[in-house]
Amino acid sequence: MAAPATALVVLCLVLPVSATIAATFLAGGGPFDLYAAFLASGFRRTVLWRTLEISLITTALSLVIGFFTAYAISRTPPRWRWILIILAVFPLLTGVVVRSFAWLIILGRNGILNDFLVWIGVKGAPFTMVFTQGSVIAAMVYLFVPLMILTIVGVLENIPDDMIEAAQSLGATPAQTFRQVIFPLAVPGLIVGAVLVFTGSFNSYATPQLLGGDQQMMMGTFLYQRAMVAFDWDGATTVSAIMVAVTLAVVIGMTGIAKRLNPMTT
Amino acid sequence: MTRRLHPALIAFAILVYFFLMGPLVIVIGAALSDTGYLTFPPQGLTLHWFERIFEMSAFRRTMVTSFQVAAISTGCALLIGIPAAYALNRYRVQLPGWLSTLFVLPVLIPEIVLGFSLLRSIQVGAGLPVVSTLIVGHTLLVLPYAVRVISASLASFDFTIEEAAVSLGCPPIKTFFTIVLPNVKAGVFAAIFLAFITSINDVSVALFLTGPGISTLPIQILAHVEQFFDPVIASVSVLLMVLTVIVMAGVERTLGLTFLTK
Repeated sequence: MAAPATALVVLCLVLPVSATIAATFLAGGGPFDLYAAFLASGFRRTVLWRTLEISLITTALSLVIGFFTAYAISRTPPRWRWILIILAVFPLLTGVVVRSFAWLIILGRNGILNDFLVWIGVKGAPFTMVFTQGSVIAAMVYLFVPLMILTIVGVLENIPDDMIEAAQSLGATPAQTFRQVIFPLAVPGLIVGAVLVFTGSFNSYATPQLLGGDQQMMMGTFLYQRAMVAFDWDGATTVSAIMVAVTLAVVIGMTGIAKRLNPMTT
Repeated sequence: MTRRLHPALIAFAILVYFFLMGPLVIVIGAALSDTGYLTFPPQGLTLHWFERIFEMSAFRRTMVTSFQVAAISTGCALLIGIPAAYALNRYRVQLPGWLSTLFVLPVLIPEIVLGFSLLRSIQVGAGLPVVSTLIVGHTLLVLPYAVRVISASLASFDFTIEEAAVSLGCPPIKTFFTIVLPNVKAGVFAAIFLAFITSINDVSVALFLTGPGISTLPIQILAHVEQFFDPVIASVSVLLMVLTVIVMAGVERTLGLTFLTK
């Protein structure tokens, strides 16, 4: 009964993606020529490093913002908790294009932030904020905080109340309870959230396209540029293979760590 | 577990919610502005920009394409996803372990790489038309939602009810439609809503699978923003937010939105 779905995934996902990756080893003289060429180009190395850097910063910021917000949500009375969760789901289900576009209105040269800065008389305003690394990171953090909040709220709500009460009845202060009971139990959830945000940032297209442009090219926008603007399919397949490799390495590596840290996760 | 929160933490959470809601409020404001450029707060209210969307054939066309593709891919994903979810839950022990991993693959593989690979292998390689490739791509994209959400519903389904029906002589197919399916109805509907909005919002897969004359709404928005900076995009965004609200209401009425935190 699972045959039709299995067939679709194998035929239209596993095979095409494998073909893309296989193509990188078959083109060029030797099997690793395309990768050598990728790493030999200063521009391409910059794109890869920039993508890693933006993804790491986005993940770190989303973790901090997401964790404290989720902690606050998990401690609010159920009625309010429901509203707070709904307000986090709303941006999550609103498309990436809409949410990135919103930052274009805010950060644009004639955007709201610049209007405001000019109005209060900041020297040098308006500034160029769009097409900088900062604007990409701001929009990315905005994109991923709801996902982080919802992932961590789920984990925090799974911590049995008994455990917290036990800690307190044994004399732990609220700060100790937080540091020694709640936070360690939340770590596997933080890792899951971090994996989702890191891979989501690493593979994003719309946000770096709208807020980064050509100046802040990331792997996703570079893949599109190679394939559809430069018609350099060798370059595009190489970028694809690197994206798949990084994504799978992060997912498999971090899930392994999460499992080791908490034997209860399945 | 409601315990007193540190005031600083409360202030922080309020700030975060301002950060989450602010940009969306700004988009709504900009969509209603009576100006030819994007601004907030709106200067003079108008619904003119909403009319403009429907006057522009590019938006009309891509909206229709997006809805058609979303409807067909959601249908296809359910058609193959429901039996898959059923098999995964019913025959968990007999099935190989990699099978459930297989259905997560569309989430694991970067969407943009999937889009590019479909372009290479299926559109260029096998010569499938643009729209069909787009539907294949979106079916793959939403399949994990269908399988996961319906599996979650099936996990709490008592399969002995099904066995009772079969042992009383009900044919297996009829049992499935009259006993199993009605019990996981909530999951099926929630899956429809989530799959539909995922397909509508997709950029990365559709990016490579649109051709001259055939495009989806998000791709059209991206193309428009690069040339014009008028409130039309803000009003399209508001329409998409309305769709989000409808989807949220749908999920809330079926599985409940807190399902998304599980």
